[in-house]
Amino acid sequence: MSHSDLAEKFNTDFDKTTWHDESLWFVRQKRDRAVFQVEEFQELRELGSQIKDHTLSKLDYYLEQFEANAQANGVVVHWAADAHEHNQIVLDIIKKSGESCLVKSKSMLTEECHLNPFLEKNGVEVVDTDLGERIIQFLDQPPSHIVMPAIHLKKEEIGEVFHKHLGTAKGMSDPQQLTEAARQHLRQKFMAAKVALSGVNFAVAETGGIVVCTNEGNADLGIDLANVHIASMGIEKVIPTLEHLAVFTRLLARSAIGQPITSYTSHFTKPRQGTQMHVVIVDNGRTAQLGRPDFRASLKCIRCGACMNTCPVYRRSGGHSYDATVPGPIGAILSPNIDLKKHSSLPFASTLCGSCSDVCPVKIDIHVQLYKWRQIVSKSGDYSASKRLAMNVLGRVLERPQIYGRIGKVARRMLQITPHALSHAAALNPWAKARELPQPPAESFKEWYGKNRK
Amino acid sequence: MKIALFVPCYVDQFYPQVGIATLQLLEKLGCEVEFPLGQTCCGQPMANSGCEQDSVGTYHQFVRTFADYDHIVTPSGSCAYHVKKHFDIIEQTPAVRKVRENTFELIQFITDVLKVTHIGGTFAHQVGLHLSCHGQRGLHLANASEITPERGGQVSQILSTIGGLTLTNLTRNDECCGFGGSFCVTEEAVSARMGIDRLGDHLRNGTEILTGGDVSCLMHMEGIIRRQRWPIKVMHVAEILNQTLQSTTTIPKTLC
Repeated sequence: MSHSDLAEKFNTDFDKTTWHDESLWFVRQKRDRAVFQVEEFQELRELGSQIKDHTLSKLDYYLEQFEANAQANGVVVHWAADAHEHNQIVLDIIKKSGESCLVKSKSMLTEECHLNPFLEKNGVEVVDTDLGERIIQFLDQPPSHIVMPAIHLKKEEIGEVFHKHLGTAKGMSDPQQLTEAARQHLRQKFMAAKVALSGVNFAVAETGGIVVCTNEGNADLGIDLANVHIASMGIEKVIPTLEHLAVFTRLLARSAIGQPITSYTSHFTKPRQGTQMHVVIVDNGRTAQLGRPDFRASLKCIRCGACMNTCPVYRRSGGHSYDATVPGPIGAILSPNIDLKKHSSLPFASTLCGSCSDVCPVKIDIHVQLYKWRQIVSKSGDYSASKRLAMNVLGRVLERPQIYGRIGKVARRMLQITPHALSHAAALNPWAKARELPQPPAESFKEWYGKNRK
Repeated sequence: MKIALFVPCYVDQFYPQVGIATLQLLEKLGCEVEFPLGQTCCGQPMANSGCEQDSVGTYHQFVRTFADYDHIVTPSGSCAYHVKKHFDIIEQTPAVRKVRENTFELIQFITDVLKVTHIGGTFAHQVGLHLSCHGQRGLHLANASEITPERGGQVSQILSTIGGLTLTNLTRNDECCGFGGSFCVTEEAVSARMGIDRLGDHLRNGTEILTGGDVSCLMHMEGIIRRQRWPIKVMHVAEILNQTLQSTTTIPKTLC
């Protein structure tokens, strides 16, 4: 289904749409307050943008530097060309360890690779340990937001889920009590698991270490209790030095949820004695995106989710309406690279208001790229043939002033004499479902001008 | 100074009063304005729908029509932005470059080129200003709430020089109204909801007259206002400025 179909469904619940919009707007406002306290925030954005531009321009160099330094630290580095290779590498590591349970902190990359169903099919129990992730794992749903994966659920709905899966009292919806129930449940999983998987927020080429940012500390608990740590990262996560990391840690949490810094910013550089550390470096379409000059900058994304919180369309359609691993504005420019046919409606799920580009901490020109993806979609087979024809005809009319003038006059006249019930029939005219058409004037400006000025 | 008026296609057809107000306002400000008859559209309807190749002919028609003028002025931030930003797919001849550089949104022209920042007169109403995204974030006609907590911009500045006029203090100062060109029909549900929410902010905060620099956003919101029968009147900012200038010269008071 297209974004517009799913968004229409979402909007049938007016009050829930209001709630969703206001919940995310609250986060956007928190972001504003945190950002405005930092006088040099716009300079930080520029720095972050330039560091990412630079790194992407020498990505092979920095990745190899990272690999060499990680290996020198005793880390096993794996390269995966696509999702399948990534999943197979992870499965092999788990199998070799002789374990059958994996605790996992938040990683959008593993969502992208559909790692969970793959491992489950192969007999591995996967426990997502981020609270939001665990909630949607119980519901067998994908995340609706990259930072707040269960933001589409109200606390009452979460109470229902926990009642069913964790045996909490029916009707209990107090967030603190629910969180405590999850904490007790997850503690058992942490204590039992010997293999932990984390994502990677930043991989530092200079040190060969990785950095994981969380607010719940679940990544640390999982990794510190396990014998094997697997870290999955996309190739775009590498940055040159620790000095550069400082720029991003200042940008990330402020942009994401209005905190000065994430509660945990954990550096993992080498395995503890007697344990293993693996890093899986994944391409999965990223080099294709890197090869598209118009869309390369989308790889600068640090996954803060600020573009989702600010997007007036995302807030009123929900993350699931994008039907993509990464929803919202950034998802709408990343996803067509992966599957243009499936995601062809996403570049059109925007008014091109530009708010996404203005909040982006690394200055990705998101709305410009949305416009450019539209140009590509229209040339593919995934664009409505009737719309294509209509645009072609419109173009031919608008380059011919006389024809334009005549057609305009006829159209206004027709609108004047068409009964309201017909001109405003919702089935024929989507505009009129919620809106009146403009009242057609007797004369156009051009006609008025001809009479009054010439 | 040779000034051309560009009246965008849908303004020409459906909102001639905005074109008239723009023309009269510029004339009152001492400009000699021509309306070249070869004009049609900036090409945005096709381009924003993903079919910018279909707008190439329209781009050339626009350049042919306006190449001889020093300034091209239009009561639409969105169309001005489109000419400046997206006429980059045709060959950049001197004529094309000249047209792109010299196309101005009306208020930007008044404040930046004519250097007029005070309109005066009276307009005793509470006015809600809708900051259209292309004008605000594209042409930087107003501060963006993502960048700074300071609200302000050229349109609100010039409106605030009018006696009796109160500007509505909106809860969300620069949220998009949801028009978005073809978005308004392809994403009808979200578009309508965005418009309803935008107007809700105005209703709660006492807007009597909704204004802005883009007829497209106003057309969308007016459509909702008329459907809902909400007590808000819609006027383009050119209409307000043109009226207040009249009120200082010929008609002393009470408008609307």
